[in-house]
Amino acid sequence: MTTITPDLITQHQLTPAEYQKIVDILGREPSYTELGIFSVMWSEHCSYKSSRLHLKKLPTRGKLVVQGPGENAGIVDIGGGYVIAFKIESHNHPSFIEPFQGAATGVGGILRDIFTMGARPIAVLDSLRFGRPDDPVTGARNRRILGGVVSGIAHYGNCFGVPTVGGECIFEPCYDGNPLVNVFALGVCRKEDVFYAKAAGAGNPVIYVGARTGRDGIHGASMASAEFTEESKQKRPNVQVGDPFMEKLLLEACLEAMQTGAIVGIQDMGAAGLTCSTCEMGSRGGVGIEIELDRVPQRETGMTPYEIMLSESQERMLLVAAKGREEEVFEVFRKWGLESVEIGAVTSDGKLRVKHHGVTVAEIPNRELADEAPLYDRPHTVPPAVKQAPDPIGVPGFLSEIDVQTALPALLASPDICSKRWIWQQYDHQVRTNTVAGPERTDAAIIRIKETGTSVAMSLDGNGRYCYLSPREGAMLAVAEACRNVATVGAKPVAATNCLNFGNPEKPEIMAQLVEAIEGMAEACRFFDTPITGGNVSLYNETLGEGIYPTPVLGIVGLMKTAAPVTIPFQNAGRSVVLLGGIGTCDDTRFGSSQYAKEMLKQLWGLPPALDIEYELRVQYAIRKILSEDLAESAHDLSDGGFAVALAECSFGPAEIGAQIELESHLRPEVLAFHEAPSRILISTANPKRVAAIAKKYQIEAPVVGVTIEKGLEIRQRTITLGAWEIAALKSAYEGAMENYVR
Amino acid sequence: MAPKVRPAFSDKMNLRLPKTLRMKFGVIVFPGSNCDHDAFYAVSANLHQKAEFIWHDSTSLGDVDAVILPGGFAYGDYLRCGAIAKFSRVMQAVRQFATDGGLVLGVCNGFQILVEAGLLPGALIRNRSLKFSCRDVHLRTETTHSPFTCAAFKGEILRMPIAHGEGCYFAEDRTLDELEAEDRIAFRYLDNPNGSLRDIAGILNPGRNVMGMMPHPERSTEPLMGSSDGLTVFESMLRVGQASRPVLAPAVKR
Repeated sequence: MTTITPDLITQHQLTPAEYQKIVDILGREPSYTELGIFSVMWSEHCSYKSSRLHLKKLPTRGKLVVQGPGENAGIVDIGGGYVIAFKIESHNHPSFIEPFQGAATGVGGILRDIFTMGARPIAVLDSLRFGRPDDPVTGARNRRILGGVVSGIAHYGNCFGVPTVGGECIFEPCYDGNPLVNVFALGVCRKEDVFYAKAAGAGNPVIYVGARTGRDGIHGASMASAEFTEESKQKRPNVQVGDPFMEKLLLEACLEAMQTGAIVGIQDMGAAGLTCSTCEMGSRGGVGIEIELDRVPQRETGMTPYEIMLSESQERMLLVAAKGREEEVFEVFRKWGLESVEIGAVTSDGKLRVKHHGVTVAEIPNRELADEAPLYDRPHTVPPAVKQAPDPIGVPGFLSEIDVQTALPALLASPDICSKRWIWQQYDHQVRTNTVAGPERTDAAIIRIKETGTSVAMSLDGNGRYCYLSPREGAMLAVAEACRNVATVGAKPVAATNCLNFGNPEKPEIMAQLVEAIEGMAEACRFFDTPITGGNVSLYNETLGEGIYPTPVLGIVGLMKTAAPVTIPFQNAGRSVVLLGGIGTCDDTRFGSSQYAKEMLKQLWGLPPALDIEYELRVQYAIRKILSEDLAESAHDLSDGGFAVALAECSFGPAEIGAQIELESHLRPEVLAFHEAPSRILISTANPKRVAAIAKKYQIEAPVVGVTIEKGLEIRQRTITLGAWEIAALKSAYEGAMENYVR
Repeated sequence: MAPKVRPAFSDKMNLRLPKTLRMKFGVIVFPGSNCDHDAFYAVSANLHQKAEFIWHDSTSLGDVDAVILPGGFAYGDYLRCGAIAKFSRVMQAVRQFATDGGLVLGVCNGFQILVEAGLLPGALIRNRSLKFSCRDVHLRTETTHSPFTCAAFKGEILRMPIAHGEGCYFAEDRTLDELEAEDRIAFRYLDNPNGSLRDIAGILNPGRNVMGMMPHPERSTEPLMGSSDGLTVFESMLRVGQASRPVLAPAVKR
């Protein structure tokens, strides 16, 4: 019997006060197993103890929302008797320690969250952040992590049979020791087939299905709740190993078993494994659960109760069946060659009781364990003062020493902007034959729902640079851009999911970033009427005391009719090029967050671009109207790299149709070409008059800025040529850059 | 584009073209198959034919007119792609069906399984890039003398996607020469994506009733998915499928 010492408590990342709370709940000292159980359930990762207070500020209700936060995934009604289930989750810490398995099990975990709700996963998107691949010092390691993460996602998603249809990938030095791997998944099911992770009915059997329990991943949840130190590599054994084939069988078997009607509740075993699934299901149902660990299928001998309860072995599910109908469930799992074992029963006393060899090793009230974790209102001051470069004139090259002519190809080949073809070609983005628009064809991925005849558009967006300069404005810009992406394919944004990646919340200035970002996000989501139906918080993204940029990532889901998509490239020569939303404006302070500042000037200063949220919404209404009237032949929103980059991307279609552009503006040339003011969409149209009428109706600017041409790209400011390019040269720089970085 | 004139399929099998082109396709489901639903959907929704799933431990294929081995990762593709699947019970029935002249189409993982099962020669090894690759490729129809390509022109270029990590076709020179001499190369890549020898994308067995191909025709059966060129393969099967149907449905007893 291990005695509980203060050292042991510290090792479990519990504070003395938290330990006292455990003693109060139990009315006695906890056993070693109980200490382990509390430590994972009360870890930051599982309990959201630093963020819960602020997450309450997020809007979570809407008329289409069937299920908001608190379940395994959010659920939204898409009409026709069907719903979608979706969520985004992080697997940052494991992906740094063991990139391939860390990313693979990240995909596995979120997929289980979706099908545990009864929905078949039909799309995955990823938001990735790495250190720079071209860094002379850390580049080699960053490339290794990038390669490992991408193959891990590919390995798991491709084998499982879910298309990976989009996402984003950004490179900054702050992610050197803390890569971010955020995976979004979406599934579909009939409205009446939704399952909840809720136990009910005393005497009902508790059944364990799927892979056997091993010693992998013990304390994964706690690992994800601490900063990295030099010793973190020793935590490699804490990273789980994924088996997508097992997960595929588990998916099919679970969906089939759900159809029998014999299942009462079901939850996957993700973070904190058996511990989390038992006490959360019990707590949600207001019942107790008693299990005998001897019956848990194990792949190693001599495992202790502590190890069995804390293992994060993958591809496991816990379900509660209706008493007397167990055999129907067992039969389905036998058909799929999976183990299913009755390991206990639902009780009426509200307690999680764990037995080993018949002896009770843990007995904890479910509700206190699952729902009454400590809650902290951590002190937050103001976000860290950003190194102001109030005198951008002092930045070398700021006054147009670098001309637009040379900057455009350089930016197109920069890691953030260049084509991510090298990444997405490793993902099966078409399996299930629903992909109407996959990676880099449109601003948002589009998946059709065969059952309803409608489609879903999805976009992930986050910008650490913007959020570093202003967490509040940055978070609002992320919501605005993700909604704009979805609108640019003609869909109406209806709901959101978020993944909040931040540093150590015990530092007041980091906590301030978190609070500001959540508040900004709440305001924007409320405004765009996209309630947040679930998500994930990943804190302690620090290595050796150095935090990442605050990186909230937004996933927006929109609904639309199924139709051939209007894609990014210009389709025909001789069409009017219209800049919906107008040329916009940008002062020197706001220019400091641009990709131009990052790549050409190697600087970050000032503030993110200014967002007029009402104007933004009108632009989105206008583009949807234009698309619904079939007026646009191509559509692409302006984001990283501003106007010139978006224009170039529109020219990279198979026909390589370019454009001759003349801009009427007083901005300095490089600001005009590359500033990143939001609320702007570039379209080509054969009917500029009708487009102008629509723009007028929505009170937005929509200047005709040029005309599409057979060959070449030219930008003029009034009469002065800022740059003229061969499209093929720009395209090869853009498409080949990633391959060059990873070589 | 001028409407395609479909050349009639004539073969030493001396087929009668059926009056009504109604066929029943059996889609084999191995544990780990993940293009099974796609094949089913392509055949039923886009070609308006009958389709049914056949579970991997079935001993009989029932009354199907053609069999599709879909893409995926059968049995997790452990050991080697298709290496375990070839021992599954249903493969005995598939082998018998093929011997009796039934049409068998293996796509991607299905091709790998046919090769492992010895129904087609050669092997599929890792892509030259050592990476999974999913993208559109262009295929040249090398022969129209088969129930899978008779609806195409010789030399017709078809666009459809690949999605595989082990699609590099490999065989010894003698086998490759034989495939060429016997006109058994169905499709070649125009821009070889995986290092396949002699650009081979799809091949036929000596009886010409079994075809394996790495690209996915079932993913290209409607414009919304970017291409309808995959229809050519299924329409070819429709033309001859009923006529080439085995007289008796095979029943493999264990």
